[in-house]
Formats: sequence, structure tokens, C-alpha cells
Amino acid sequence: MDKPATPNSFRTGPDEQGMFGIFGGRFVAETLMPLILDLERHWNEVKNDSDFKAELTDLSTHYAGRPSKLYFAEGLTRHLGGAKVYFKREDLNHTGSHKINNCLGQILLAKRMGKKRIIAETGAGQHGVATATVAARFGYPCIVYMGATDVARQSPNVFRMKLLGAEVRPVTAGHGTLKDAMNEALRDWVTNVEDTYYLIGTAAGPHPYPELVRDFQSVIGTEARAQILEQEGRLPDTIIACVGGGSNAIGLFHPFLDDRQVRIIGIEAGGRGLDGIEHCASMNAGAPGVLHGNRTYLLQNADGQIMDGHSISAGLDYPGVGPEHSWLRDSGRVEYVPILDDEALEAFKLTTRVEGIIPALESAHAIAHAVKIVPDMDKDQIVIVNLSGRGDKDVHTVADMLGMEI
Amino acid sequence: MAATRIDRRMAKLKTEGRPALVTYFMSGDPDYDTALSIMKALPKAGADIIEMGMPFSDPMADGPAIQAAGLRALKGGQTLVKTLKMASEFRVADNETPIVLMGYYNPIYIYGVDRFLKDAIASGIDGLIVVDLPPEMDEELCIPALKAGINFIRLATPTTDNKRLPKVLQNTSGFVYYVSMTGITGSALADTGKVAAAVKRIKGHTDLPVCVGFGVKTAEQARIIGANADGVVVGTAIVNAVANVLGPKGEKTADPAEAVATLVSGLAQGVRSARLAAAE
Repeated sequence: MDKPATPNSFRTGPDEQGMFGIFGGRFVAETLMPLILDLERHWNEVKNDSDFKAELTDLSTHYAGRPSKLYFAEGLTRHLGGAKVYFKREDLNHTGSHKINNCLGQILLAKRMGKKRIIAETGAGQHGVATATVAARFGYPCIVYMGATDVARQSPNVFRMKLLGAEVRPVTAGHGTLKDAMNEALRDWVTNVEDTYYLIGTAAGPHPYPELVRDFQSVIGTEARAQILEQEGRLPDTIIACVGGGSNAIGLFHPFLDDRQVRIIGIEAGGRGLDGIEHCASMNAGAPGVLHGNRTYLLQNADGQIMDGHSISAGLDYPGVGPEHSWLRDSGRVEYVPILDDEALEAFKLTTRVEGIIPALESAHAIAHAVKIVPDMDKDQIVIVNLSGRGDKDVHTVADMLGMEI
Repeated sequence: MAATRIDRRMAKLKTEGRPALVTYFMSGDPDYDTALSIMKALPKAGADIIEMGMPFSDPMADGPAIQAAGLRALKGGQTLVKTLKMASEFRVADNETPIVLMGYYNPIYIYGVDRFLKDAIASGIDGLIVVDLPPEMDEELCIPALKAGINFIRLATPTTDNKRLPKVLQNTSGFVYYVSMTGITGSALADTGKVAAAVKRIKGHTDLPVCVGFGVKTAEQARIIGANADGVVVGTAIVNAVANVLGPKGEKTADPAEAVATLVSGLAQGVRSARLAAAE
């Protein structure tokens, strides 16, 4: 609560209460409190345990395919005519996005805790697929809650989860998107407290989830920092990542937070514009509030009721954001800016054409911002964009937007 | 802190040798005027304490019935401002029945904690149950509420073991709400033998009255639970009584207040016969 406006380090949070300044915390029902404390105890045990780290590193290397490449996007760089653009290729991971990093870490934690059953929520289905994947690999029954709207617009991922042996439960409450899926997963957890591990997909929720998801995802930034030093001999000028809940972004940002010369930009879903309600830019157009176990920026009305957001990208369609991002926003260390649906779609098409890479629509938001700022930067400057996932899952959405039939 | 209406009511029922009937209804469901008529009907039908549900868009600990009631209320234009207004209107004719506001933290946080406590007292509110504020977050609302003279009623659950119980009870006042099972509101009633044992366990840690909720739907269940508990909480059954007289478009097919009153009268009889049965 009493953190100075400009701390000596931006990398020390959260505090013992799970707070990043006023954000974060443990706003959960009493039934869940003992479970969260138990999770915290186990997490504190494993986070410095060399056996745990070794097992995770081995899986990350041989199963997920880490380290992911830091790729010089020459085609895009030439097209934009400014700074050099690098992509951190999380799209090349097993299951096609950064989500596997967190899922491998948490499934090992669940195993340590002796849990018997895995539940998860998913929006675009990337986290659902990654969870179903690790559940299959470790032999756990797995239930994935997914909003009914998302089930309809992400049917390939639904099928993948089913193939992997997971049960996908469509959630019809609310607008049937990620927020409603998360409510339903919490209801499952509050009912099945004895044997169930809730594998949260983003760096949000009650403490210690924001911290542990961040730490599992920080492999992205740790690698990228070492890779750029190796490849360019210096740190980047700017790093960019998209922010829904914000796990790929905090994973890239965290290792760079104390490199003050590095400009850090998080991209929110601007949807159809911030003037109306059809966006998901909680940090640009929301206010601090309490939902899903933490205090953070939320889209809400004057009565404190949570609004349903909109984005072309199902993975950014969440009316909140991880609490550490809220703190980084208020402390001024990270800039958060919106990108519209149309701008993301243009970046999607451009990247596909000039790089031969089909990015996820989520990642296309980050690329779209690079498209805006890179032409005005010097040619010897460096920008790293987190290519958090591949876009195969989005081809139906994009075809609809372009008025094409597949 | 000074005795509240809750403390006085509980003391009175203790001398009468019977448990309290605590009734939950959703404020604003299906609309403001109907909900107010339901609220007024509750004490007349035998309710001892009223829990007013504050609707929230994302009620994570509630089952489908209370979720749906909250959404009906929000659709009908209910806000926290209107919920407090409803309590004040109720207080005009009834200055004795304790009122407990129950819900989630965000609407209170957005209203502003200090402003909320001031307005809640002015509206005749006696206690608060805020589902997503565990003792770890006591500085947020619990401590300010106690300073302002409002009871902060905490939920204890089957996962609250003896080691944790003192922490849960530390700043609790009014009564302790024992949630009879792990799960959401409206699920099936837990094993009554286990509930009785849990009530006994909690009473070993506190002198506060212990009320039991989650899963109580019938007069018979109220009688059995009331044999050991100081109060029986009924929520989902009441919310369902409202839903049952609403048509597919939300139109009223009968008087919701009357439907609730019929149910609550039966429950009140169950509660009143609880100790007689136990004494036999």
C-alpha cells in the first residue's frame, strides 16, 4: 500500500499479502481461502527447488521446444522502413502459443500437491488446449470451462481439447465469454475442494496466481533479453506485447522492468473504439475494482457491475487484467495503449504476406502497434514484439471479417 | 461496539429457547416495488432476520437460482443506491427486524467504503456479509464497518479447520454463518449429522450465535438444522418461490410476496418446533 511512486526496483512484487501497490490481493470466498494458502505454501517450496526447476526445464526443452527463437523480421522491417523488428517466436511452442509455459509449470505443481483432477477456464481456447495437453501428458482428468460464444467461434480448439481427452463444458451465463467461464471454474473449485487443482491461464486471480503465472511465463523475457544481447550486443529500445489477462506480456516485460532505457508497451484490445462499450481496454477505459480474487482495472459501470467487453480476438476478450499490469500502469513504468480490431486485422494480413507467418489475432494487436511506431524510429533502433501465438485458430474469424468463405 | 438489532434479536430468541429464521431475498428481483413488498412480508410470515441480497453481475459463490435472481434485479434497474433506499423504506414501518446486506465487494468498493457505511447506517442496516472478503482482507471493509457500528458476519465453511477458525472468528460479530458444505448456494443439503458436529465445533471457539445455511429448503430441514444451530438461513428456496411465479418474459403469474410468505410461514413453523422436537 505504501510503495513509493518510483521504487528502486519494479521486480520485487507482490508483497506478503499478494499486493502490487493497491492491486492484487486475495478476494475469495472463505471456502477457497485454505486452498489458496495451501497453494501458496507449495509454491514457496518449489519456486527455489532445484529438482522442480530441472524437471520443468527438461519438459520445456524436449516437450515444448524451448528456447523459442528470437527472429529478425526482415520482411516487416524492410516494409516499415524504421527500427529493426524482432519477433519472439512463442507461436513455435508446442500447442502454438506461450500458454504451454504456464501449464507445464502448474501441472508439476499440481502433481507435487497430490491433486487428482484439473480444471481450467479458456477464452480463445489456447489455454484450454495447453491445459488439456499437459493433463493428457500427465494422466489427469481435465475439465475446461469455456463460454458458449467462444465455443462457437473457436470450434477447432474445442475439437482439439476433446481429442486430448478433456471435457469442455460450455458456459451460457452472461455473454458466454472468458469472464463467465472463470466464474464457472471458480464454482467448480469451491465445490470440489479436496482433489481439484485450478490451473488458471493468465497472470490474474487471487494471490499467488499472478505471481506464479508470471514466473512461469518470465522464461519469455529472460530468453529474449539474453538472445538480443547475443544477436545485437545490446538491449532493445522498445518491447511490445498484447494484454488480455496479460500473461504473455508480463512474461516478456518482467525481466526488462529494471532496464529503464527499455520502453515497454502493452497493447489492449481497442475493439471498435474506446468511445463506446465495444472494446476490452480495461486500463485505458476502466477503473480499479475487485473481481475474480484480485483488485485490478476493470470494465464496469457506475454501480460496480462488470461489463462484457468486445474484441475481434477471443483471447483479449476479458474485462479485467492481471494486477501487476495495473500497478505497472499506475507507476508509469509500462505504457498501455489500445489497438482497434481493424488495425489488428491489417497487421495480421501484413505479417502473413511479408513474413510468411500467420500470427494469432491477439499477437497481431502487438504487431499493429509496431507498425505504427517503427517507421518513426531510427534504423539502428530495435523493437521486440512478442509473437505470443500462431493464427491457425483464427482463420475462420478472419475469413468472416474479410467476407470470404473457407 | 454497541449492541445492534441483530444482537438484541438473538438475545431475545435465546430466552425464548428457539433458533432464528434468517431469510434471504434478492433486492430488486424482479423489480423494486415487488421486492419491497416481499421484504415487508418476511417478518409477518415469521422471519426473524432479513438478508438483503445486493445483486452483482459475477456472483462467483452462488448457484444458478441466485445468479438468475441477481440478473433479473439488475435488468430491472436495481443498484446499490436503490437497495439502501429499499431498506430505508422498510424501516419506516419496522424498526426492529435486523437487516443484513449480503453480496460481493465490488459494488461497495465503487460506492466508496466510507460513504457506504454512512449511508448503510442511515438506512437502518445492521450487518454485512461480503462473500469475497476473507479475514486476510479485513482492512478493506470489516474493520471500518465494526468502527461504524455495523456487524460484520463471516462465513465459516467445512474447509475452515480448527487452526484457521480463530482467524475467521476474530473480527466477526452478530453471528457466525456456517456454510454447511463446500459448494455454491442452492446445492443439496449436507449430512445433518455432520452439520450438527460442525456447529458444535464452532461453538467451542466462540460465544456468538451460529446460523447454518446453504441447502435448507423445507420446513422439515429447518426443524432438523434448528435443533442444534442458533439460526437457520434460507435463501435459494425463497428466490425460487419468486422465480416460480414469473412467466417466460418475467411477467408475474401470481403475487411473489404471497408465494414467499407461504413458504416462509412453513419454514417458521419448522424452526419453532426445532427445540421441542430435540427435547423429546
